[in-house]
Amino acid sequence: MSTIDIETARRVAKLARIRVPDENLPQLAEQLSGILSFMEQLNEVDVTGIEPMTSVTPMRLKRRPDGVTDGNIQDRILKNAPDAREGFFAVPKVVE
Amino acid sequence: MSLNTLTIAAARDALKKREVTSVELTEACLTAIDAADALNAFVHKTPEIALERARAADARLQAGEAPAMCGIPVGIKDLFCTEGVPSQAASNILKGFRPEYESTVSAQLRDAGAVMLGKLNMDEFAMGSSNESSCYGNAVNPWRRGNDATPLTPGGSSGGSASAVAADLCLGATGTDTGGSIRQPAAFTGTVGIKPTYGRCSRWGIVAFASSLDQAGPMTKTVRDAAIMLGAMVGHDPKDSTSADIPVPDFEAALTGDIRGKTIGIPREYRMDGMPEEIEKLWSDGTAMLKDAGARITDISLPHTKYALPAYYVIAPAEASSNLARYDGVRYGHRAKLAPGDGITEMYEKTRAEGFGPEVQRRVMVGTYVLSAGFYDAYYNRARRVRALIKRDFDEAFAAGVDAILTPATPSSAFGLGEMADADPVAMYLNDVFTVTVNLAGLPGISVPTGLDSRGLPLGLQLIGKPWGEADLLNTAQVLETAAGFVSKPQKWW
Repeated sequence: MSTIDIETARRVAKLARIRVPDENLPQLAEQLSGILSFMEQLNEVDVTGIEPMTSVTPMRLKRRPDGVTDGNIQDRILKNAPDAREGFFAVPKVVE
Repeated sequence: MSLNTLTIAAARDALKKREVTSVELTEACLTAIDAADALNAFVHKTPEIALERARAADARLQAGEAPAMCGIPVGIKDLFCTEGVPSQAASNILKGFRPEYESTVSAQLRDAGAVMLGKLNMDEFAMGSSNESSCYGNAVNPWRRGNDATPLTPGGSSGGSASAVAADLCLGATGTDTGGSIRQPAAFTGTVGIKPTYGRCSRWGIVAFASSLDQAGPMTKTVRDAAIMLGAMVGHDPKDSTSADIPVPDFEAALTGDIRGKTIGIPREYRMDGMPEEIEKLWSDGTAMLKDAGARITDISLPHTKYALPAYYVIAPAEASSNLARYDGVRYGHRAKLAPGDGITEMYEKTRAEGFGPEVQRRVMVGTYVLSAGFYDAYYNRARRVRALIKRDFDEAFAAGVDAILTPATPSSAFGLGEMADADPVAMYLNDVFTVTVNLAGLPGISVPTGLDSRGLPLGLQLIGKPWGEADLLNTAQVLETAAGFVSKPQKWW
């Protein structure tokens, strides 16, 4: 049975880009461990020769011509942005 | 009788005969909604839009040739993007978000003349079984345990939809179902809820949780209403490549009441250890009703049932972690206040920590873990293999001649709000034990109220149908509904 230690919990939070304060890491590690051990029941199943499911309904996805179907709606795209300036999404400085 | 208590079918007929107007129906619902704030079902009310659409519907009805849903007041789950109206999936991370577009399903309802009364409460990002993860606070079940005033959950995630329909605040509501989020709340509130076959409804414009499992469906007072409303929601949509381009039958016309010669499977693996006797009895009573109606009953085996929940709790969080990566504080919704010197990583981390509630954070992190290098095969690919086996179990049952499968909808009746607060997250997941297999296999499933427990709370049975077999499934469900004769309504206390 695998358990999640505090360092792994910290790493997962980092990968998920969610800030978790240090004092909450032990509880998070415990909860994630509980969920993972629940998942480990799956190890009892013989899956030899079974392909992972990619599509629940056997169907060929529809194709369409690769053409431009809309555009020129910059103001509508930016309307819900927390910070939009001069026609762009604004974010903190990324490169020095 | 107040107009808001009508079924969709009765309202439609009255509208057609000009015995009632859509404005009158809509006003009755708006009055009921305003008197029901204690239920916390409607979280964004849209009375102006409602009355404007009701007037337009009346004009259309006057002109004749109006579709079945024309003039019918409905509620829309907060997961559906509705143009110009807050659509936040009950999450603080989408606070203030007003979409510039309308989801395909709600657009189809709108174009059919249905009247949107407002947006309905739910679990945050549809992750939950009790409505308690909502950023608006939980919705409340209109049902109570007799004279005991303990507030009960309406179920989740479509808890606001279930509560609103059960309390007659609207004639029908949209829901979505990823692991049971339509069927479990329907069972907890004495209402009908159908999750169609994966691909029957377009997912476009519905905030995504787990894209390979999510489906929209109607929540209504009767099976006939579910058939009518479903008809307006389904169909191929070029904007969702997984929506099926196949003919849509007339679901209501399929309600013949005749199920003679149909074969109903009773899966032995759904008889869980420690299952309450009341649920056991509900199930055997339902079986007897279908038998009396002329169906053949056969015991079947779905051997991988036990592994459905663990497979689901790998696959759904994996897809959620990917889908929810878009909430980064850049394009819409909440952005955290930044400290001097904070860069873009701090912006992401603080925004997501502030915007997502604890259950959503947990699932995003579980998903991140099972998809991370070194664990992808052990967890994610294994779960997808088990999913293939779960679907194969159903395929084999249907190939052996089974037309529909009868199971309980939930392992219990509605529980008290807060009762699960100290429980392990996994304990809450067990609510989905009878419903989650259906999502993993992409099948249609419907919950029908068939009885009350000893405390006077509704209980539901689930019927599972073949892929694209909603018409047949609804017909069998209506036979069960008629035989059970469930007519109870919650005593008004709100």
